[in-house]
Order: sequence, then C-alpha cells, then structure tokens
Amino acid sequence: MADDVWILGIHMTKFGKHPDLDTVDLAAEAAMGALKDGGVTMKDMGVLAAGNLMAANAGIGQQLQKQIGQTGIPVFNVANACATGATALRTAIMAVKAGEADYGLAVGVEKLSGAGLLGGGGSPKKDGNVYEPKGRYGSVVPTDGRIGTDTMPGTFAQIGMEYGHKYGGTSFELFARISEKNHAHSTLNPLAAYSKRFTLEEIMGDIMIAYPNTRPMCSANCDGAAAAVVVSDAKLKTLDPDQRRRAVKVSASILTSDPWQDQCQILPDVNTLTKMAADQAYAQSGVSPEDLDLVELHDCFATAELVHYDNLRLCAEGEAVPFFESGATWRDGATPVNVSGGLESKGHPIAATGIANIWEVCHHLRGEAGDRQIEGAKVGLAHVIGLGSACGVHILEKAATN
Amino acid sequence: MAEQVPLVNYLVLGEDPHLVAQECTSCGAKFFDRRNACASCSATEFKPFDVPTSGELKAFTIVSMAAPGVPVPFVAGIIDCDGTPVRGNVINTEPDPDHVTLGMKVKLATFVVGTDENGTEAVGFGFEPIDSTKAEASNG
Repeated sequence: MADDVWILGIHMTKFGKHPDLDTVDLAAEAAMGALKDGGVTMKDMGVLAAGNLMAANAGIGQQLQKQIGQTGIPVFNVANACATGATALRTAIMAVKAGEADYGLAVGVEKLSGAGLLGGGGSPKKDGNVYEPKGRYGSVVPTDGRIGTDTMPGTFAQIGMEYGHKYGGTSFELFARISEKNHAHSTLNPLAAYSKRFTLEEIMGDIMIAYPNTRPMCSANCDGAAAAVVVSDAKLKTLDPDQRRRAVKVSASILTSDPWQDQCQILPDVNTLTKMAADQAYAQSGVSPEDLDLVELHDCFATAELVHYDNLRLCAEGEAVPFFESGATWRDGATPVNVSGGLESKGHPIAATGIANIWEVCHHLRGEAGDRQIEGAKVGLAHVIGLGSACGVHILEKAATN
Repeated sequence: MAEQVPLVNYLVLGEDPHLVAQECTSCGAKFFDRRNACASCSATEFKPFDVPTSGELKAFTIVSMAAPGVPVPFVAGIIDCDGTPVRGNVINTEPDPDHVTLGMKVKLATFVVGTDENGTEAVGFGFEPIDSTKAEASNG
C-alpha cells in the first residue's frame, strides 16, 4: 500500500538505574541512537512526538530538541499513562500517514528508579481535624484503603482475580509461574533492568505486595528511554538498499480508550479496549493471532499478563489458563510472550515502555536479537495499556525485500 | 450518642444503612458520582437508586503494601450487589486467602472510621461474609 509507514531506526537505552543521567540525557541517547540506526539526522525529521509521564508538563520534546537539534518542527508532547510511548509513536505515524511529514521521531523517557508504589501509594494519608465532605464523593476522610485500594498492584491483582472468578483455573501459583517465565526470559536480555532468574519458590516466598502479586510479580520501576524513526513508504523507496532491508513495516497502529462498561467506574476495565485494539489491528494488518512469531504485551503485573492472552486473542475466550499451561508463551512455545523479560524483569520506565516493546519486536524481525533471537520471526505484536485507560497495539512485519 | 456523618455522600446511614447510586433514566447505568451526561448513552436525566445491600465477591486483593497511614493488610474487593458492581473492603473476617474466597456471599456493614475534634464520628462501610448458620437462625 502506498500509505504504509515503516520503522526506519529504533533504539532503547539500558533499562535500570542511571543516577548520573537525567531525562533529557536518556531521551537524547535514545533519539540519537534511533536516528543513527536509521541513517538519518534531526534535519530530516518533520515531526517529533515525545512523552515523559512523571513530568508531563515540562515539555520533554522541546527539552530534547535543545539537546540534539532545534529545527523548528512541530512537537507533540503526549501523556497517556503507561501507554504514553505508544501514543507518541502513534502520533508520529499519523503525521506521516497524513502526508504532513516524510519522517517522524517518537521518544519516550522516564526516571523511575526508587519510585515505590504508584497509584494511591505515593503520598501519606492523614485524616483532617474536622470532618468536612470533600471532592466528587463528598468524602470526610481519605478513602484509599477504606473503600478498596488505589494502588496499581492491588488494582491489577483484582483484574486477574476477576478473570479467575469468571473462567476458573487461576491460583497464586499460576500467576507466580507467569512471572517465573518472564524472569527466565530476561536472562538473555543485556538491556533488562533485572536479568536474574528466580525459582517459583523464590517468587512465591518474596514480599507480598497485593495478593496474589509478590514483588517480583510487579513491574520493575527503573530509568530508561526508547525512540523510533518512522518514514513514509514513498521516502523509503528512495533510500539505500540496506536501509530498506532493515526497515520494519508498521502493519497496524491502533490506539483505543475504554468504552462504557457497567463496572468501569468501580474497577478499571483493561479488557474491552484491549480487545477492540487487537481486533482493529488484526483487521488493519490482515494478520491473524496464529501468524504472530512473538508478542510483547503489558505485563505490568503477573495478573495482567494472563488476561491479555485472552484480550489479544492469543487463545480462545476464557482459555488463558490452559493456554499458559501448554507452554505456548515461553520462548520455545507456539506464541512466545515477553521474550524481553517484560515489564516485570526488563523493567517499566513508563513512557519508554510503549516504544521499547516495539524495539524488541523489530530486533527479532531484523534478525538482530542475538542470544534471544526467535528464529525466523516475520511478524510480531506490541501492546501497552495505560490505566484510565488507553491501549496501544502495533503489528509489525519484516520487510518483504529481505 | 455522637453525631455521625457518612464517609462518602453515597452512603446513607440510619436504621437501614445502604448505598445510593444515580441511575440513568434512559439506559439504567449507575454512577456513584455526578455526571453531566450518561457515560453509557449520553442521556442527561438521573434518579436515585438504592443499591441492594448483599452480593457476591467477584474479585479481591489482599493489600499488604499501601501509602503511609493506610493500615495493612486489608481486603479490597469488587462486590456484585444483585447486578450493581460496588467497590469496597471485605471486613469482619481474617484478611487471608483461607477466609476470603472468590464467589463468597457478603453483605454491607458499617463501622466507625474515626472521631474528629468536635466529637463527630465518621461512619464507613464494608462487606462482611454472610454467616450461613446465623442467617438460617434468623430466618427460623
């Protein structure tokens, strides 16, 4: 198709602790790496989309331009919770697809080392001296912990437990075994924040955060950045054979928000919008779930990975437990999931995640994934979800000319 | 008796404590806060709806790590109150997976959360297991 968009260059920093680098340094490292990987420079870029969730009002896009090149191009600073990186990429792709730019740059960066609990977990809770109704629910004291939980581990624990209640077959051990898989996968990923393999006993015996999620079953807060250069089909045709050979086709780029569901004001619904995004992505690309050689999905908690097997149509409805138990999602299985180690082990620098998962898929499609290469990978899917909610799904295919 | 105020404005105290939702008169969607238009169907008329006080626990977590000042562990859950999903804690039972199970029957219960410097009590709500033996006794 004439309006295909391609990933020309892509890069991610090492995920982990970077005490000597700030968000601008990390974003610059990722952006420069992506430009170099694509064989282009900032002078070629027609649009920049950038995200840094924890400082969403700081204008990371313009900060980055001052670090690597102020060319006057339009900048879209985006924020969409944990889907911020995918939103930046989607924005750059839309600009190229609309014909407004030949090249676009998307960047996501986060400094999250030592951030602790996210969601309701950040600030201390204290009751006032005199009870006065406040806010949308007229509450006289803080409600977190008194009417349910605002914490992310607790929220996603309930999402996994709800699936278990609906379809059966889940247990603390089952969720822990999903985490065991991702920690095992990360041992082959030199850019992962954590690359230590854990035994099932170690995972289940670790500190309980929100049952059934223990600490290693939660996404790892860390620092990191990722960036991608996208290019129009017409422009790509004018580039060198080596650039064309390594270009990865964006067969689908989808972003959805959560439609009304009865329960969505009580517990965020991460299922419906993911199913919508997946269905739209398969329709747009003509790819079916069975065609996928690898999937990077949003395992912000072990309990979340399970429901997304179902949401992304990797298995029949309600069959996520037997699907996992078949071994399908291990790296030697039928549908390898999170061979990077996922958010639980590679790490989750929020705004970087939605581009880092694209980097992982591209690496395999290019045959450049080293020790963890999925042999012969031709098509892959990357998924993120940001609570609130936003869901990004991208389907990527190896260049046909290769 | 000390003056009492509800923890949130959708909790009604008195002899028969219960929750009140705002129901869309067009599609029946229920909300615990104010809306300008229905998130489900965009209609703009709402009426109060008394939420049933018993239901089934359809999801839960036992929170062991929370913000400073929030006592742990506690059980947070989603209760299906005869078709209306409600967010609340499971109370008056041990907060462990042996005592809290998916699908268990629960009912609304209130408790004093605290007292302010004027002596006013804040009353919250949670859901406690329905003791089948007790229920039978009261029925008999």
